[in-house]
Amino acid sequence: MISVVEQPSSDLAVGERGGPAQPLISVRGLVKHFPVKGTGFLKPKKVVRAVDGVDFDILKGETLGVVGESGCGKSTTARLLMQLMSANEGDILFDGEKVGGALPLADYRRQVQMVFQDSYASLNPRLTIEETIAFAPKVHGVPAQTAMARAHDLLHRVGLEPSRFAGRYPHELSGGQRQRVNIARALALEPRLVILDEAVSALDKSVEAQVLNLLLDLKRDFGLTYLFISHDLNVVRFMCERVMVMYLGKVAEIGSRYAIFEETRHPYSSALLASMPKMDPSERTLEPPLSGDPPNPIDPPPGCRFHTRCAFAEPVCSEKTPGLATVSAAHSAACLMSVPGSGHSRAPVMAEA
Amino acid sequence: MTEETMIDIRNLSVTFRPGRKPVKAVNGVSLSVKAGEVVALLGESGSGKSVTMRSLLKLHPKGTLIEGAIDVAGHDVMQLSGRALSDMRGATVSMVFQEPRLALDPVYTLGQQIEETIMRHEKISRSAAAARALALFEKVRIPSPERRLKNYPHEMSGGMLQRSMIAMALACNPKVLLADEPTTALDATVQIQILLLIRELQKEYGLSVIFVTHDIGVAAEVADRIAVMYAGRIVEEGPAVEIIRNPKHPYTKGLLGARVELAHGRDRLITIPGAPPDLTAMPPGCAFAPRCPQATDICRVDVPALTAASVDHSVGCVHYG
Ligand SMILES: Nc1ncnc2c1ncn2[C@@H]1O[C@H](COP(=O)(O)OP(=O)(O)OP(=O)(O)O)[C@@H](O)[C@H]1O
Ligand SMILES: Nc1ncnc2c1ncn2[C@@H]1O[C@H](COP(=O)(O)OP(=O)(O)OP(=O)(O)O)[C@@H](O)[C@H]1O
Ligand code: SF4
Ligand SMILES: [Mg+2]
Ligand SMILES: [Mg+2]
Repeated sequence: MISVVEQPSSDLAVGERGGPAQPLISVRGLVKHFPVKGTGFLKPKKVVRAVDGVDFDILKGETLGVVGESGCGKSTTARLLMQLMSANEGDILFDGEKVGGALPLADYRRQVQMVFQDSYASLNPRLTIEETIAFAPKVHGVPAQTAMARAHDLLHRVGLEPSRFAGRYPHELSGGQRQRVNIARALALEPRLVILDEAVSALDKSVEAQVLNLLLDLKRDFGLTYLFISHDLNVVRFMCERVMVMYLGKVAEIGSRYAIFEETRHPYSSALLASMPKMDPSERTLEPPLSGDPPNPIDPPPGCRFHTRCAFAEPVCSEKTPGLATVSAAHSAACLMSVPGSGHSRAPVMAEA
Repeated sequence: MTEETMIDIRNLSVTFRPGRKPVKAVNGVSLSVKAGEVVALLGESGSGKSVTMRSLLKLHPKGTLIEGAIDVAGHDVMQLSGRALSDMRGATVSMVFQEPRLALDPVYTLGQQIEETIMRHEKISRSAAAARALALFEKVRIPSPERRLKNYPHEMSGGMLQRSMIAMALACNPKVLLADEPTTALDATVQIQILLLIRELQKEYGLSVIFVTHDIGVAAEVADRIAVMYAGRIVEEGPAVEIIRNPKHPYTKGLLGARVELAHGRDRLITIPGAPPDLTAMPPGCAFAPRCPQATDICRVDVPALTAASVDHSVGCVHYG
């Protein structure tokens, strides 16, 4: 349960005020619509419903995985959490304090850092890697010498010996090495939450394994919390305690790793899991578990957004919009089959009052 | 070269010469692909997979030194230039990339781009080309194909765009499809659709495919054979089932052992320690020796030749063969 703190209790550090049971992040009713160019004047105004009413918590010290169809709003959610753009609606609570309310934006920003997929584009080619890592702390008033010493510390932590690597430029590093620099840079401000948006996707498997181990070590040593976005479900299963499945701007299902992978409730999640490549050429997939393309986020289908592609859809699915229904303590699904008394033939019957 | 060999690469080396330090990105690669066969190229980042593929189309910057022999569908690629080379690109060999958005022109509709591609290679009317574009969109199962042909690239989702790229690649009935990580940016549901599509096209048209991927599961889903590259060389090659179930080269074993799928219940992944060698200063002998748990002194003397471990499975390691 969230207790919203109205007054900052400034004797405790940001992120430690709510106690260990308070989620580090609580997102409530998050909405982000992008206006579509060429509409609005004389033409009807249209918007891309990139994130359309999203609620979730990230618990302290956990890794929350985010998976879902390309374009379902994962990166937009991440950018909203990073405050790289402002939401149309909704609140972000950090340790129970409203961001931009009880918790000033500047204090929040230091607590949240992000690592992107493209290791090259996100580094300044004119800065050596030690300068890259020390840059943000210096901007935040850390004395240059301290910032540089911390940069060397971090390089050592991510497995790049400062004596060999500190003075190199990004183009003199391999993809895996550059991604380590990005991770070191994200840690330079000592954040509580690190958002990893496809951070290992461009790496080959042996380097990916090294970087994943590194992320686990850093999490333990620095008490970090991760939001981990990925298309690779095997990696998500390995890294994440809880998993959120998104579909077309909404949360389809959220729960513990076990709940999502072993007791899947939402038909979209099932299709996603069934689509994982088989490891054995003699057990190849014969039919795609999900066919067709996702509907247009400008004009999403009414009712359940998945009903146009769902194998279990009934007429009620295009009429009623399923909210996130609690399946068990650690598991909720937005499907009418999980909503008691929803009218879907597979829904649990309503308990007698 | 037998009757049904479609691609035959013999002892290919590619050396880039930026500044004075030559980079030998591909270092004696031999690979042959039969008609209707899918070969997956697997391997460390920077091991030369993309450079090998681009060599088949001679897509290298000026001044690049290419050595060896490449034969594709009876064409001696090393001798081709000018008109003959551009005729081959698209008509005999075409390529699909990881990032379709970068390969398409944002200011033309997909229909226009496909029609242009067809008309560049064949003397046919625009309306005939348009009919062919429509048939191609139907073939790759893009929903409402007439409407979608009028879309600009930014109006399509990643999966649909990658299907359009495949449609465009097939526009001139090529014999060879080169696919460089075409599904890496896609989610699992779309990825499997694209993989099944490639398999179907391979069966239907007898396409030969070279498919670059980092994902062993993806290779298992599409490939008949797998070739594993390390530091510019192929270190192991054989039937997909053999390579996955029974890898022989220590690098292949390391790569398969690092899979997260094997980590059930463990909190760490097994990794290959160290990093690949600097291509401008290759160690003598086996390039994997500095990281190899099985390396002995003889590994550091000569580059191990690919030797047969069984009928169609070969390994480049002195401890096998
Ligand atoms: N700046 C923007 N302007 C307009 N539309 C946008 C913008 N950014 C994202 N969108 C749209 O919002 C939707 C959600 O995009 P987002 O990048 O969050 O998806 P994603 O889940 O991260 O997808 P992927 O898996 O492909 O990275 C998409 O339809 C996208 O086209
Ligand atoms: N035009 C170029 N000039 C100089 N070096 C190059 C050039 N193109 C590629 N290289 C180098 O050649 C090597 C092989 O590159 P290649 O792109 O083939 O790797 P890859 O196996 O496809 O890796 P990845 O899995 O990361 O895509 C790399 O070290 C790369 O830096
Ligand atoms: S609500 Fe209906 S359409 Fe939506 S996922 Fe559940 S069964 Fe399928
Ligand atoms: Mg994204
Ligand atoms: Mg490549």
